[in-house]
Amino acid sequence: MLKKIIFQFLALSLIFTYSAQSAERGGMPQLNPEFWISQIFWLVLTFGLLFIILSKFILPKISNNLETRKSQILENIETADKQREETEKKVKEFDKIINDTKVEAKNFFNSERQKVLDDINNKRLSLEKDIEKEIIKAEEEIDQLKKTSQEKVTKIAIETSSDLVKQLIGEDINKSSLSAIVEDLSKKEMEKHNGI
Amino acid sequence: MAANPMYQFNVYRIGPEIKINNIDISFTNASLFMVISSLAILIIFNLGTKRSIIPNKIQLLAELSYSFISKMISDTAGSKAKPYFSFIFSLFMFVLFCNMFGMIPYSFTVTSHIIVTFVLAAFIFIGVTIIGFIKHGLGYLKLFVPSGVPMVLLPLIVVIEIISYLSRPISLSVRLFANMMAGHTMMKVFGGFVVSLGIVGGWLPLGFSVALTGLEILVAFLQAYVFAILTCIYLNDALNLHH
Repeated sequence: MLKKIIFQFLALSLIFTYSAQSAERGGMPQLNPEFWISQIFWLVLTFGLLFIILSKFILPKISNNLETRKSQILENIETADKQREETEKKVKEFDKIINDTKVEAKNFFNSERQKVLDDINNKRLSLEKDIEKEIIKAEEEIDQLKKTSQEKVTKIAIETSSDLVKQLIGEDINKSSLSAIVEDLSKKEMEKHNGI
Repeated sequence: MAANPMYQFNVYRIGPEIKINNIDISFTNASLFMVISSLAILIIFNLGTKRSIIPNKIQLLAELSYSFISKMISDTAGSKAKPYFSFIFSLFMFVLFCNMFGMIPYSFTVTSHIIVTFVLAAFIFIGVTIIGFIKHGLGYLKLFVPSGVPMVLLPLIVVIEIISYLSRPISLSVRLFANMMAGHTMMKVFGGFVVSLGIVGGWLPLGFSVALTGLEILVAFLQAYVFAILTCIYLNDALNLHH
């Protein structure tokens, strides 16, 4: 039922549309020459004015703007490049300064260390020399003491042995023969003592 | 009355009748939309001439269209066509704005009238022919004699070339006019269907109408572009004689 109504409505409206349109179809207004001259006149007037104003006033400004923008961008890029180069140079300089100072510090440190070491060395050397001198002196003294002590010892030995002999035998013995014996003995002892 | 799809193309007088030497040059709705289009172009592009390094929206629009058309001309007609830039720019903008203003409901499409497009095309045709003869003298006639054609075929080819050359203004004008007229007529017909089929059956033509509106906006731009680029190609023939 509903379908039928819709279909009828559609058919009716289609018929109505077509009848209305065909009744008023009177050809193309474009081919009616009544206003052709007027249209040409106004077209020439408006398009001519548009062309003149655009080409004389507006388009040069736009092209000028584009040109200045282009040149400004190029200029900015150039300055940016320059500044970048400058910063690179500065960075290099900075690096160089830091390197230099590092080297300088190292050198300073090294030289100071060398100085200290030299100082220490010198002092040690002089100390060693002093010590050696002292040692030599002491050795000399010891040697002398040794010599003197041996002589004294032999003398004492001779005296004591002569005393002993006197007390034992009751007479004096030739001192020279006694001393020869003592020396001989002490020499043997010394050799034994020195391990020869 | 409004159901007639051709009614929208009617030209009628606005204001008093102006006559010079018995010739009617009254201000009509067509004249009104020519004036509106021109004024719109001038206002938009004049706003786009501000001298700022970072452009605002309108300036960007103006500069983009400037470089768009400049690129189109240099691509199709080479660097020799630079002096004609202003003309092609005005032509493209005029046709584009007339087409686009025609897309507003109840407005009038200037370019849907054969007389308007024909005057533009004829002006281009005559201008290009004059430029060709000035640049190349009678050598411009070599355009009709393509190189590398056998002698036997030459008479036929020359006739075909001459006919194709002479039909340029007609094809140029009819292309724009027919596209605009057909599109607007179709939209009107579908609009009429929407009204007559009412709430029950009107949805389908309404959808078509919406889709057609999008298509027509595309066509409006495309036809302006085609009109301008064909002008560039004709200009290229006149400036750089290839044949």
